[in-house]
Amino acid sequence: MENEAGALSRVAGLFSARGYNIESLIVAPTEDPTLSRMTLVTVGSDDVVEQIIKQLNKLIDVVKIIDLSDGDHIECELMLVKVRAIGKDRKKIKGTADIFCGRIVDVTGKSYTIELTGTCSKLDAFLDTIERNTILETVRTGASGIGRGERILKV
Amino acid sequence: MGTEELTGAEITIRCLQEEGIDYIFGYPGGAVLFIYDELFKQNKVKHILVRHEQAALHAADGYARSSNKVGVALVTSGPGVTNSVTGIATAYMDSIPMVIISGQVPTYAIGLDAFQEVDTVGITRPCVKHNFLVKNITELAITIKKAFYISSTGRPGPVLVDIPKDVSQEKTKFYYPSSVSMRSYNPTSKENPGQLKKAIQLILGSKRPMIYTGGGVILSNATKQLTNLVQMLNFPCTNTLMGLGGYPATNKQFVGMLGMHGTYEANMAMQHCDVLIAIGARFDDRVIGNPKHFYNKERKIIHIDIDPSSISKRVKVDVPIVGSVSDVLNELIKLLKASKEKTERAAIKSWWAQIDQWRKRDCLKYDRRSAIIKPQMVVEKLYKITKGNAFITSDVGQHQMWAAQFYKFDKPRRWINSGGLGTMGFGLPAAIGVQFANPKGAVACITGEASIQMCIQELSTCKQYNLPLKIVNLNNRYMGMVRQWQEFFHGNRYAESYVDALPDFVKLAESYGHVGMKIEQPNDIEDALKEAFKLKNRLVFMDFITDQTENVFPMIPGGKGLSEMILV
Repeated sequence: MENEAGALSRVAGLFSARGYNIESLIVAPTEDPTLSRMTLVTVGSDDVVEQIIKQLNKLIDVVKIIDLSDGDHIECELMLVKVRAIGKDRKKIKGTADIFCGRIVDVTGKSYTIELTGTCSKLDAFLDTIERNTILETVRTGASGIGRGERILKV
Repeated sequence: MGTEELTGAEITIRCLQEEGIDYIFGYPGGAVLFIYDELFKQNKVKHILVRHEQAALHAADGYARSSNKVGVALVTSGPGVTNSVTGIATAYMDSIPMVIISGQVPTYAIGLDAFQEVDTVGITRPCVKHNFLVKNITELAITIKKAFYISSTGRPGPVLVDIPKDVSQEKTKFYYPSSVSMRSYNPTSKENPGQLKKAIQLILGSKRPMIYTGGGVILSNATKQLTNLVQMLNFPCTNTLMGLGGYPATNKQFVGMLGMHGTYEANMAMQHCDVLIAIGARFDDRVIGNPKHFYNKERKIIHIDIDPSSISKRVKVDVPIVGSVSDVLNELIKLLKASKEKTERAAIKSWWAQIDQWRKRDCLKYDRRSAIIKPQMVVEKLYKITKGNAFITSDVGQHQMWAAQFYKFDKPRRWINSGGLGTMGFGLPAAIGVQFANPKGAVACITGEASIQMCIQELSTCKQYNLPLKIVNLNNRYMGMVRQWQEFFHGNRYAESYVDALPDFVKLAESYGHVGMKIEQPNDIEDALKEAFKLKNRLVFMDFITDQTENVFPMIPGGKGLSEMILV
């Protein structure tokens, strides 16, 4: 999208006005400072997704769109999760974090903050693996995506 | 262009001059005072003062609809903008090219709950094609250029430019580009030749074809091409409410308007055709009724539209063709002429025989010998007196449907009404815009006593500019369409009745300096209309006291299909 004030509001407004659902949304400027890149996850039938893409294309600020789920792509999300870690549990939690290739980015006597990246399902799996009642706080960015190989989204 | 330094206000006016704008419709206020100052210092762009911002928008809208130009409105911040929202949404729903210039509080006051401040860009975002807030004087001219470009290309629509008061005072070098290109907006597209070929094949093979056209034909100025195509093929043609005038209504191949209050023959043909050619129309819910009932596995649909998001939005189509209607029709006509194959003449002859059978139902008949004035008769007499050549604006409700059914529009841009949003109060201010766009034209506003009161203050605007409009008030002392639905579907539980609170419209018109007439006998209708149109320099308000029990037929009730019409 054009990196202009209000571009994000237009997209969000479109989804809410037309009753489409935003599962997650992530946006930031690209290597070209006049352009920003938004990755949006939505759920719907083929017809609905087709309409969503057409409606987004109509927005004046939107330059180009692709449906990543149409082909091979990499999906990546970042999560920070703060867990209660006391006594014997500390080793167990560190072990689980290692299995998931997570990094511990903050430590206190009673807690760990773990940074995890990967697909949304990997992050979901991590949360399912550790004890629910040890989770103090989670922050997720939402998925960002990029096409595999020569599949490039460029203006 | 020169290297002169101009203020934002001067730049705004110069941009309008560069765009060749004759009239802007507006209402002043604090945030736009500098712009008004510059307006009054020149006379290329003429300002028309209304009495409510909603009317400024409707007038610019009527101006654009009847002239193929971009309508321009100027309003102030805060309440000026909020008063305009109805007019902006009206234009948005019907895809009308308009540029709205709104004043805004100074940039340093934005977001601080200043006097007469609203989040203009935020409030209008869902009902404009695009909007801009100009924070920097150096961007003003290019933004106005972009606004005109966006509003008038592709699928047209209203574009708003919000100008903070301090920006209108700052100075910069003025340069107005002759063209503008935007990487994120590219409205021109070439038609897919494969799709065109598929369409031709379907057309030539069809045995029960139907051509269904809408407002897109008029916006694309494609009535000549449409007429050529329809007559070349000898297919039946129907228009939506927004498409009336796109094909000559008096021609024998026209089967009438279709939809919720369309003719029996148009709806039956639409339901039973085997190939449907949709041109510049969007399969709106008022037109197709229940989508499940409309769906027909055997029917193939060709859809020509400039907006890809309109295609297969409500109804799945078989041959989508994205492009400007006039370009696509030109291509189709070329391909048809070059093709060696002919249409299925014999089958189409039988199809016409079936359609003529449906026509015999005479679905628009009404009691012509009633002692009380029938609203349909007023419209028919109006058509006769004006020889079908007038510009007709309308409000919303039963009167709007009778106007559409009984005034036969042979030319485009003569029928001016709010179809998509259905805005009551549109008729009178729109007529003001239409008269400015067509100074020599006869302009009549067909309205009801409920609708006309929504913007009644514009009678003052008409007096100020001596606009000889003719107001045909079909006064049935009810909100007619509401009453009809309450009669059919809500057990005659008529909600609000305001008959005791209606004004004496004759006295009201006279108090504004106009001519007022009250007509209560069917025999007086024609004379009253003749007299009104003879008065070439006066606005005449004709209050026709009509039959309260009259309903609009045919009618497709909510949730029902095209062939499930209630008939008279």
